[in-house]
Amino acid sequence: MSNQKEIKNLKSFSTAAERFEGAHVLCPGCAHSIIVREILNATNDNLVVSAATGCLEVCTAIYPHTSWDCSWIHIGFENSSTAVAGAESMYNALRNKGRLPEGYKAPKFVAFGGDGATYDIGFQWLSGCFERGHNMMYVCLDNEVYANTGGQRSSSTPIGASATTSPAGSTSYGEKKNKKDMLSIMAAHGAPYVAQVAPNKWKDMVKKIQTGFETEGPVFINAMSACTTEWKFPIHKTVEASDLAVDSLVFPLYEIINGKELNITYRPKNVVPVRDYLAFQPRFKHLFTPQYEYIIDEWQKRVDAQWDYLQRREEARV
Amino acid sequence: MNKKIMDIDSVEVWDGNMAAAQALRQADVDVVAAYPITPSTPTVENYAGFHANGYVDGEFVMVESEHAAMSACVGAAAAGGRVATATSSQGFALMIEVLYQASGMRLPITLVQVNRALAAPLNVNGDHSDMYLGRDSGWINTCAFSPQEAYDLTLCSFKIGEHLDVRLPVIVNQDGFMTSHTAQNVITLDDETADKFVGPYKQVNAMLDFSKPVTHGVQTEENWHFEHKAKQHAALMASTKVIDEVFAEFEKVSGRKYNRLETYKMEDAEVAIVALGTTYESAQLAADKMRAQGIKAGVVAPRVLRPFPLEELAATLQNVKAIACMDRSAPGGTVGALYNEVCGALFNTPARPVVSNIIYGLGGRDMTIATLCEIYAELDKDAKSGKRNGALQRFVGVRGPELSFYNK
Repeated sequence: MSNQKEIKNLKSFSTAAERFEGAHVLCPGCAHSIIVREILNATNDNLVVSAATGCLEVCTAIYPHTSWDCSWIHIGFENSSTAVAGAESMYNALRNKGRLPEGYKAPKFVAFGGDGATYDIGFQWLSGCFERGHNMMYVCLDNEVYANTGGQRSSSTPIGASATTSPAGSTSYGEKKNKKDMLSIMAAHGAPYVAQVAPNKWKDMVKKIQTGFETEGPVFINAMSACTTEWKFPIHKTVEASDLAVDSLVFPLYEIINGKELNITYRPKNVVPVRDYLAFQPRFKHLFTPQYEYIIDEWQKRVDAQWDYLQRREEARV
Repeated sequence: MNKKIMDIDSVEVWDGNMAAAQALRQADVDVVAAYPITPSTPTVENYAGFHANGYVDGEFVMVESEHAAMSACVGAAAAGGRVATATSSQGFALMIEVLYQASGMRLPITLVQVNRALAAPLNVNGDHSDMYLGRDSGWINTCAFSPQEAYDLTLCSFKIGEHLDVRLPVIVNQDGFMTSHTAQNVITLDDETADKFVGPYKQVNAMLDFSKPVTHGVQTEENWHFEHKAKQHAALMASTKVIDEVFAEFEKVSGRKYNRLETYKMEDAEVAIVALGTTYESAQLAADKMRAQGIKAGVVAPRVLRPFPLEELAATLQNVKAIACMDRSAPGGTVGALYNEVCGALFNTPARPVVSNIIYGLGGRDMTIATLCEIYAELDKDAKSGKRNGALQRFVGVRGPELSFYNK
């Protein structure tokens, strides 16, 4: 598409005119800002963006300042999807009524939410938007925790993580349940395009975002967003944390087209043990004790099984 | 415009839901996002029929909940166009969070609200509990007492809310089933007159205007929040003038006159009933009966609940000796909501009439003219003795031993 940026190299991509400006107050090392820049820079089209209540929202639109050089709205925690769906409906209405100025170009509609806003409280709204088939992209900034409010567990928090509402203690290894498989759920809506992305694999990510922008209908993007504050790794190691996530296959990069065709888009040359991914993040440090080591073994088995399943599905094309 | 013109007669037999739906059609709403709920469902169903048959060319979005309905309305209104929805009761309760977002972002949206009781126990019939639930949400709040008024006020709501001095959302209340499902003659405006009266939508800070990117729904802390809320209240208070102007303009095109405070035979009234909804008309009939018996009875009804016509109400009630404030909502451990409003209006005035609080008609129970006459008769006793003879708060029409409270 002519309105999408040509990606030659990271430099040409990253020096494009910004629509997500600096001077926000996201934590140093936060992956949110990298992901949002990569998404907004993937297109030259006009953008209507919404954000759910959460880190991204409270750190980028504090009156009288804004980091958004594009149309932007925040309503509540649960309804960033529906806010953008409403704006998209208004665009359709004005277009059908012939009330848009001559030469008016169709914008892209993008909604952001954290994993709490996506996996939990906003799930109904998201599901509704996808059922209705709004022409929009929903991006989950998945940092696996309610980071904005101090690190409570969400249904994206993985088993064994210590979060403030599922803390590790003398009788607990922390979060008891496995992370919800959000991509399968969104693919099951019959969405034309869903994908998992990570900001360290920027070329893969931008390609998927551009595919999403070219797709008619609702698009779901689950973006792994390493959180230095709640995952508790040093602030200069965000990309390293992301590398470990995708190279250990804890967060595999793939896409599903029309709920069926599955493509794995990144295969690590050297797969890193899950143990290394967990060891990098102090939120899992209590697992490295004889008492709870079995959780790590089970986790490795689950990741292996999931990778096997993804490969089989890719092969089977169903 | 790609829509068909609908042939309507100068007088149609419409219920409140159809009247409201016709007003939405004539106002050329751009986006209606709604979730059906009794008794407002037919408003949305009628509108869906108009949409399906080409009489409206905007977007009609059937969302998965009332919370989503108002969320989509806020997104659509911020995008820059005319927006409306309808709801009742539990659905309205589910919307409440987003009502504050709509008014805080100064987005004109029209909400047709068909009033209904709030559960538990679950009840689909009319009372005013939901109306009071939303009265402090920063919306302009108007009350229609008949299908005719539901039609008229819904048309007016767009002109009021979208006025550049106002830019606030508007609720148009009507009584569940009593107004929403009772067919009456409605004198209509033809499409052209209605369209001309409402006028074209004026975009303000539209998200779809890319020449000027806007940020809606920011975060504020103690350094700015107070100023934002103060300005929002100022706009709500300033809407008083706009409401008067729009009502005057509407009178010119329709011949029907509306006031922010409606009164009946209050010029010389000694006893008065203050009521909302369909009870306003019943109380007028009761007042006529009492006047035939020599009792100077009058009726008062706030047409606009927010901004509240405080000064007008106080002035109207200055020479009245006894007043019954009629609340069609469960009081929840205090005096009724309308009683509170009326007493608030009277407290700083020279007149200190005897005021009592009647709780009635919960969950759709009838209020008869005979009962209203009884209430007038008791007000007459209060007026003559200069003191309240019964309890301050009484439940009228409830089975079992009489319920009365605040006896002192």
